[in-house]
Amino acid sequence: MIPEALALSAVLFTIGTVGVLTRRNAIVIFMCVELMLNAVNLSFVALSRLYGTTGQVFVVFVMTVAAAEAAVGLAIIIAIFRHGQSVNLKNINLLKG
Amino acid sequence: MLLPGLPVQESAGAAHPLAGTVAEWIWLVPLLPFIGFIVNGLLSLLPAVRMGPADPSAESHEHAAHGEEGGGGDHGAHDDHQHPVRHRYAGMVSIIGPAVLGVSFAVTLAIFLALAGAHAEEPFVRTLFPWLVAGDLYVDAALQVDQLSIVMTLVVTGVGFLIHVFSVGYMQDDPGYPRYFAYLNLFVFFMLVLVLGASYPVLFVGWEGVGLCSYLLIGYWYSDKANADAGKKAFVMNRIGDFGFLVAMFMLFAHLGTLDFAAVSGRAAELGEGGAVITVIALFFFLGCAGKSAQIPLYTWLPDAMAGPTPVSALIHAATMVTAGVYLVARSSAIFSLAPVASLTVALVGAITALFAATIGLKQWDIKKVLAYSTVSQLGYMFVGVGVGAYAAGVFHLVTHAFFKALLFLGSGSVIFAMHRAFHNTGSHADAQDMRNMGGLRAYMPWTYRLMWIATLAIAGIPPLSGFFSKDEILASVFARTAHSTLAEASLFGIPGSALLMLIYVMGLSAALLTAIYMTRMMLYTFHGPNRSGEAERAHLAEAPRIMTIPLVALGVLTVAGGLLNLPAFLGAQGQKLHHWLEPVTGRAALNITHGEEAHLALGTEMALIGLAVAIAVGGIVYAFAKLKPEVLVPKAQSPESTGIERVLEHKYFVDELYDTAIVKPVVGVSRRVLWRGMDAGLIDGLLVNGSGFLMRGLGWLGARLQSGQVGTYAWVLVIGVLFVLGAFSIK
Repeated sequence: MIPEALALSAVLFTIGTVGVLTRRNAIVIFMCVELMLNAVNLSFVALSRLYGTTGQVFVVFVMTVAAAEAAVGLAIIIAIFRHGQSVNLKNINLLKG
Repeated sequence: MLLPGLPVQESAGAAHPLAGTVAEWIWLVPLLPFIGFIVNGLLSLLPAVRMGPADPSAESHEHAAHGEEGGGGDHGAHDDHQHPVRHRYAGMVSIIGPAVLGVSFAVTLAIFLALAGAHAEEPFVRTLFPWLVAGDLYVDAALQVDQLSIVMTLVVTGVGFLIHVFSVGYMQDDPGYPRYFAYLNLFVFFMLVLVLGASYPVLFVGWEGVGLCSYLLIGYWYSDKANADAGKKAFVMNRIGDFGFLVAMFMLFAHLGTLDFAAVSGRAAELGEGGAVITVIALFFFLGCAGKSAQIPLYTWLPDAMAGPTPVSALIHAATMVTAGVYLVARSSAIFSLAPVASLTVALVGAITALFAATIGLKQWDIKKVLAYSTVSQLGYMFVGVGVGAYAAGVFHLVTHAFFKALLFLGSGSVIFAMHRAFHNTGSHADAQDMRNMGGLRAYMPWTYRLMWIATLAIAGIPPLSGFFSKDEILASVFARTAHSTLAEASLFGIPGSALLMLIYVMGLSAALLTAIYMTRMMLYTFHGPNRSGEAERAHLAEAPRIMTIPLVALGVLTVAGGLLNLPAFLGAQGQKLHHWLEPVTGRAALNITHGEEAHLALGTEMALIGLAVAIAVGGIVYAFAKLKPEVLVPKAQSPESTGIERVLEHKYFVDELYDTAIVKPVVGVSRRVLWRGMDAGLIDGLLVNGSGFLMRGLGWLGARLQSGQVGTYAWVLVIGVLFVLGAFSIK
């Protein structure tokens, strides 16, 4: 059971990573980051069967942080959209040397 | 230093005869002028208040008059009828400045009497505190009382005191009066450190200090660029000599491991008699002497040094500082006497300088320039004396020269004072130092006139004045050493020493003839004949105030009586006093040169030499009287340019121009093109400073390219980095 769960977690994490790397839409990238977080959550939960409930406690923390991140991140993305009428990352490059 | 009365145990041997006597207080002698320097220096920092009517037009007129005079200008005399610019504390300075020296002189006199009664064979060393302790080097701040240093100290404080008193009259109306006395007192302090120091490093401190004060006082009227330049010239040329002094000192330490006078003179033979080491050390010392005492090739700064106030010329550039080189050779007599080749060089350079400078003196028009070249020439004589191993004779001439040359300079100062006042009163811009503007001053300045004639006869070598005895002593010593001396047996550039000594003797005699001529010429043009200063000016010519003439009289007495110090040997028990006095210091060294026996001339020979010298001096004076006609002179402004050999002499053989072309211009050129443009601006500023800046800017530009603002790129880099790290971990 655990290896399958870990394999699924790895697949989900890879999909998320590839999404973050290849997509240009900020919302999609945001969703991919959530996917990566939840992939990690999955492995936490799976491994907690072996190592006790610490992993499950950790999942709660991750979800809390993810919720906060979603709130702040979406607010930023909306602000950016209002500013430039676009959420394409290609156009968002004000911070550069 | 704080507990002067305590008995000290550092003198040579168990109980030096001077231990516990007044000689323990020797530190007071230099300390007093130093206190004078501090007090006067502080006073000079306080703002001066100009008394009298504030009249801006008079002010600007005064400035114009000063600017006109150029390099030779001497501003000592301000007019005190219209707008005195006396410093607020002038009265205080006038007392402190000379008084500290007077007390110093009194202390020195007491120590001199103690020394005369003690018959000390060894020098008395008063250690104040350990100064330099580094590895094998131990140098104490110590003062040395011996026969030589006390003679020098008496001259410095005694003649110095008279010149300080004269300065009160000469400089009183100068706005920088306290500054002047601060410098003058500081100079005396350093000069006393120089002559009293018990080791070469202490002497060197004084040596550098007097150089500094010389620079400060030459450029005393620094707002005039020519004066400031003259100061710089003196300073730089002295540095060349100091290089020699330092190298000699280093070599001495490397070979003997000590720099104390007593130890060095005791162990000089370890350097190898006549060997290369001792010769090189002596020659490097002589390079230092040539710089300080204005000998060829480093003499050109001294005539320029006349830009300073005239009492400064008298004190520093005639009586004391420039004789430091002679003192150094006499002090190092143990080294020089064991290096015959170096001693011959000293004597030869001295003789050449004496003759060379005397010829230039023949055609100078500036009264101070005549005296300056005369000083260079007389210093040459002293080096002839100490060069041939007649150290006592050299020091004797040093002392008498201090008397009569100080008198001559102060006399010329008094003349310049009168001329300047006359020109100033009438608003004339004529040169107050040019003899063509003077003439007939004997009617206006009888005291100065008489006293300067005494000094002139003394320097020319007319018996029984002091200069006759000292000059004759040197010439006789040279003659006596043409046989039976290590010098005669040595050779220089393949020429046997005996022939060189004969040549030096002849050059000395020729210089004596020229001295008589140019000094008489100076007197004739200044004091005799008609007055050429102008109708209006004549009414203002007058003798200097009493405070200036009294020091002149005192120096006049010394000039007349100075010969008593060292009468010729054939006069019996009264003769050779200074010679015997200096025996504990230089006697052994002098005997090294003459194979252990006193150099004696047969009475007949000595009489013949004296007769010859006197005949030459009288001949020179008579020739000058017969040949020179002050009546035909015209003021400077109307004088035609001289031609031929006269022009060469008037321009001092163009040596300054030669140095300028051969040394100064190339050095400046190399400094500008290679060192400034190439090294400093090119390599340091361009490549290193700006270059590293450009390099960092380039690196920064490259770094900035990495930060593109594309979050996607960052993510790629991050992931690749993570994979890389994970890969690295999994390989392990």
